[in-house]
Amino acid sequence: MTKLRILQKGVLFGGLTCLLAGLWRGEGAIVLTKAVRICLECIGIG
Amino acid sequence: MARPSRSARRHLFQALWALGTNAFLVGFARGTIYSGRLKALCVPGLNCYSCPGALGSCPLGALQATLGSYEFQLPLYISGFLMLVGTVLGRFVCGFLCPFGMVQELLYRIPFPKKWRSFPADPLLRYLKYFILVVFVLVLPFCLTDLIGQGYPWFCKLLCPAGTLEGGIPLLLSNETLRSAVGLLFAWKIGFFAVLLLLSMAIFRPFCRYLCPLGAIYAFLSPLALLHYERSDGCNGCGICSTVCPMAANPKHNPNPRECIRCGACLSACPQQALTVRFGFLTPSSLSDDAPHNSKFPEN
Repeated sequence: MTKLRILQKGVLFGGLTCLLAGLWRGEGAIVLTKAVRICLECIGIG
Repeated sequence: MARPSRSARRHLFQALWALGTNAFLVGFARGTIYSGRLKALCVPGLNCYSCPGALGSCPLGALQATLGSYEFQLPLYISGFLMLVGTVLGRFVCGFLCPFGMVQELLYRIPFPKKWRSFPADPLLRYLKYFILVVFVLVLPFCLTDLIGQGYPWFCKLLCPAGTLEGGIPLLLSNETLRSAVGLLFAWKIGFFAVLLLLSMAIFRPFCRYLCPLGAIYAFLSPLALLHYERSDGCNGCGICSTVCPMAANPKHNPNPRECIRCGACLSACPQQALTVRFGFLTPSSLSDDAPHNSKFPEN
């Protein structure tokens, strides 16, 4: 049970760290750039 | 006035969430999509960002976009988002926050000659979604790139039914320019989507069970989820919870199986009221009967 809780906390902390690191290095801009244009592949054209 | 059932409350929540995250209604009329800065944020469920109403981004689309970009190959932002959401909510996302899951549930209500809860190939087919995750979402966007190193969203392109339903159909209905560009790819996607619609009338959430890579991610993390079920000592092993489970997830063996979408059907059905919802770190009551309580990673 202790190991499981450590794993839970580790994944939570790791997830938060990755999310903040990704935003810090500008990955949010990649997501935004992709999302504000109609994705032709997604709708079955491209 | 009687309080609405758990199921009715969940359906209402699903509808409100779907409407709230796709509230750019003017996009449906104009045949355009929302282009504000909110789209840098992901919604937790499968919700195409090319849906005219979508206010946020699809995490799968964003994951493939980052993997396929030439600036970043390691998608820290989206990986972190999925790890956080998966560890906090697990497949609660599937049961409450996924518009396409809601669509499948509505279709299942349509009368059909035969409804299947499970069949012999069902357990093996559940692993197909992990294969789709690895190949179409992770490997192909990363490996198959064009001359400038840009990859494509292969899952979105070839398989995603949410893109067809939420993006393709409304945009093509209202945008003549896009309509003129329709070809074989759209024919494939519409055909695939039609098959899924039909299957959804016979099997509860077939896309979520067998094909959804986002469901695969959350299923993988679900045993660690802070939002989980606990089974008290009042359980008498009657198995009614497993009988009523629409996902055939077998909560009698494990109150938090990977296939559980937290719909609450087992909670409502338990005559002993032995199953409860809890938000917090795991306790021995959260684990399967076969898991030692000091404890191994719980299996479905």
